[in-house]
Amino acid sequence: MGDWKTITVPALSSASKITYQNTSEKKMSPSSLNMQQVLRSPLPLSKSTHSFFSAFCTEENVEQSISYLNRELTTLGFPSLYSECKDKELNVVSILNCMNELLVLQRKNLRAQEEVEIQHLKLGSDMDHLQNCYAKVKEQLEASRREIVGLQERDRQQQCKNRNLHRLLKNEKDEVQKLQNIIASRATQYNHDMKRKEREYNKLKERLHQLVMNKKDKKIAMDVLNYVGRVDGKRGAWRTGKTEARNEEEMYKVLLGGYEQRQKQLLVENAELKKVLQQMKKEMISLLPPQKQKPKERAEDGIGPVLSDMEEDAVELNKENMWELSCETVREQLTNSIRKQWRMLKNHVEKLDNQVSRAHSGALNGSDVISREDHELETEKLELEIQQCKEMIKTQQQLLQQQLMSPCDDDTSMLLQDCYLLEERERLQEEWKLFREQKNNFERERRSFTEAAIRLGLERKAFEEDRGAWLKQQFLSMTSDHKNSEHVKTQSAYSGSSDPDNQLMNFRSRQKKPHCLPSVPPSEELCQTIQPIPHNSNSSVVLNKTTEDSKPKQWKGLKKAETE
Amino acid sequence: MNFSEVFKLSSLLCKFSPDGKYLASCVQYRLIVRDVNNLQILQLYTCLDQIQYIEWSSDSLFILCAMYKRGIVQVWSLEQPDWHCKIDEGSAGLVASCWSPDGRHILNTTEFYLRITVWSLCTKSVSYIKYPKACQHGIAFTKDGRYMALAERRDCKDFISLFVCSDWQLLRHFDTETQDLSGIEWAPNGCVLAVWDTCLEYKILLYSLDGRLLSTYSAYEWSLGIKSVAWSPSSQFLAIGSYDEKVRILNHVTWKKITELEHPATIANPKIIVYKEMEKSPRVETESLVFPPARAQASSLFSTQSKYDISQVPVSLQYVKPVADRANPRIGIGMLAFSPDNCFLATKNDNIPNAIWIWDVQKLKLFVVLEQLYAVQLFQWDPRQPRLAICTGNSNVYLWSPAGCVSVQVPMEGDFQVLSLCWHSSGDSMALMSKDNFCMCYLEREEVK
Repeated sequence: MGDWKTITVPALSSASKITYQNTSEKKMSPSSLNMQQVLRSPLPLSKSTHSFFSAFCTEENVEQSISYLNRELTTLGFPSLYSECKDKELNVVSILNCMNELLVLQRKNLRAQEEVEIQHLKLGSDMDHLQNCYAKVKEQLEASRREIVGLQERDRQQQCKNRNLHRLLKNEKDEVQKLQNIIASRATQYNHDMKRKEREYNKLKERLHQLVMNKKDKKIAMDVLNYVGRVDGKRGAWRTGKTEARNEEEMYKVLLGGYEQRQKQLLVENAELKKVLQQMKKEMISLLPPQKQKPKERAEDGIGPVLSDMEEDAVELNKENMWELSCETVREQLTNSIRKQWRMLKNHVEKLDNQVSRAHSGALNGSDVISREDHELETEKLELEIQQCKEMIKTQQQLLQQQLMSPCDDDTSMLLQDCYLLEERERLQEEWKLFREQKNNFERERRSFTEAAIRLGLERKAFEEDRGAWLKQQFLSMTSDHKNSEHVKTQSAYSGSSDPDNQLMNFRSRQKKPHCLPSVPPSEELCQTIQPIPHNSNSSVVLNKTTEDSKPKQWKGLKKAETE
Repeated sequence: MNFSEVFKLSSLLCKFSPDGKYLASCVQYRLIVRDVNNLQILQLYTCLDQIQYIEWSSDSLFILCAMYKRGIVQVWSLEQPDWHCKIDEGSAGLVASCWSPDGRHILNTTEFYLRITVWSLCTKSVSYIKYPKACQHGIAFTKDGRYMALAERRDCKDFISLFVCSDWQLLRHFDTETQDLSGIEWAPNGCVLAVWDTCLEYKILLYSLDGRLLSTYSAYEWSLGIKSVAWSPSSQFLAIGSYDEKVRILNHVTWKKITELEHPATIANPKIIVYKEMEKSPRVETESLVFPPARAQASSLFSTQSKYDISQVPVSLQYVKPVADRANPRIGIGMLAFSPDNCFLATKNDNIPNAIWIWDVQKLKLFVVLEQLYAVQLFQWDPRQPRLAICTGNSNVYLWSPAGCVSVQVPMEGDFQVLSLCWHSSGDSMALMSKDNFCMCYLEREEVK
């Protein structure tokens, strides 16, 4: 930064220098200082440029400044401001070019500067961050150092304590040892004292004995009226060597008796145990046969057959005279064979377990593969079974019902009957429901029939009226001359219409009955044709539209139809 | 259950004759013999001083009355009331007296255990046995009465002498590996003798009749050891109660421990039935539940009645903390007895004084615990069946059998505190003793199962 200051124009006034310095401090590139400076910050410079120009270039020193600028620009590689041909004549084009170039440069530089500044800021913040980090790490380091020191201190203290404890323990141990020694010595002392005392006591006893017993104490005596006989009635035997021997003998007899009894008990126990073993063996043998072959085959090389032979021998032996042989001989064979069979059984069981576990795992693995077909097959089977079962149940039910039909007075049968009654009731209810539905259907049909009948009646009426009208017309036309007697004639026509009417009616009904439904459209046509007659058309329309709503009317209609 | 009237008694001296026909009781210096069936006085003997001990001879013909203070033993015959016999130990003094199994000899132990004098009623002969050991169970006869084992102490060593009772000949004499022998006991079959050491050391030795050491058993060291020992009637088991509140059972084949029965203060196993005695004032409607004796009603109207309740486990029993710095602390198994049929073992732990533990011997498991209101004074098995009679120093007598247990008040006017009891050999009746009285208690046959 400071470099460019040195390049400042020596001819510049102090004021301009200061401005330069002020402004230039932000600049980085040494080239095109002034122009850049000028162009860089237009707003603040607008004033300063004035002052600048006023300072730099005045009326008096235009030439000088131009030449200075020229020199400066040429040194910076710009074309001269002066035209080449004419001396001291400013080349405006080149000036403009220069200025443009300078401006471009300036912009570029500005951009570069901005970038650099941003970078600088970035770097600055990075720097700050790093510095922070550094400080933190340093703190941490310090803290951990302190911690280490603390731990070391504690460790030292612990070691100290440990040493102390060790010392204490040792002391305690010593103490215990000492105490034990003391106890032992006390015990020996005590025993010794006891012995001494006892000896003294014995001596005293002896002395007392002598004193008491040797005095020929008259008092020590038994005063008996007469001696009593022994319990066994015998006299007391003399003490001789014989009696001693006899006593010994008896003692041994007693002992022997005891031992014999115990032996007997043991024998019984042994026999029972043997029995159990034998039974176990038999069961094992009966369990094993299918498995037995394999191990034999496997163990063919070497001792296998020999062992099995031996075993068979043993089996035979055991079967023959198991109970007669003493333990010694039988025991080994029996235990051997049982042990062997047991081993086999164990192997077998283990194998089975393995198989089971494998099967389990296999089932788990291959379930997807198998299931699709087998599953369906299985389900089919099951369904079939269910069907069969259902049938069975049905037949059984039937049988039961049959049984129930036959009279039986048992309570259970009563109960059963009740059950069946219930069932029957349900069935009846169902039937009842069906029946009602049917009834409804019938009713609906009947309603439609009645409608049709009503309609027919109406049609007939219309027709009758039509006919009446027609007859009237005809009558009128026929008797146009006899206008006087018109009234009477129509009346007579009306009154006399009953017979042909009936005939027609019969005809109509005969015609209608075979196809009652197709008769509806004609009836409608009829209605339309009947329309001119206001009264009837109205009623027919109403009937057509509200057949289902107006029941009472229907009923009336029905009654009419019935009466007709 | 019926009760007889009350008779006077002193020093709890009341005994059935071995044949079960007579009942001897003492009042001061008088010995009264009654017929067991009607309790009528058959004989009345007058001794020289207050009687301190009585014992029937094995054939029920003689009764021995010892007056230790005077050093005199008097023997009375039931058949010949005028017959008399007086044995005076003179200045040597007397501390113990007993019959030999044949019922014709009397063994008197002099003061300071100087010697044992064997007096014969058949001949004039007198034998002396020197150096008897001063201990509680120093003399033991086999059940068949053939042999006697005697603990001796000479030259600061323990010895056992085996005598043939028929002629008092010494059969065997051997030293035992004990510090200070404290008891001996024959197995019921008479072939094995159990010998146990002082309570300072847990040690039990088993000797054959011919003096061979069969086995030695020691459960632990450095602690107070054996407190009580009992053989099972079949000689199959030897139960050893010790100060560590456990009973160890040895078998008769290997003489090794089969099991260890602990006596904890809390019972948590729901399979164990705990009967707890409850006291309550009588009510008319509950009387039927309490097994009321007809005659008891009048006297029990104003007193409380007790009955058993089955407690819900876990139960914690009343525990008395023993004083540690005194000799003979109240801790450990002080009493144990097998039932006559070998099926049950009853024990009492001295620091749980109110409870009786009944063990199933076949399963070697605790079966029932009875918790009484007062400390158990004594329990005794019926000689014929698994039925246990218990007294706790109050006016009730308690009976347990596998079917259940009952508490019966003794229907006496005034206070009849049952301090001791003894079964008749038939198991149909028992004598209940208080400080100054005794009465008979008859059990009906129907109750027996």
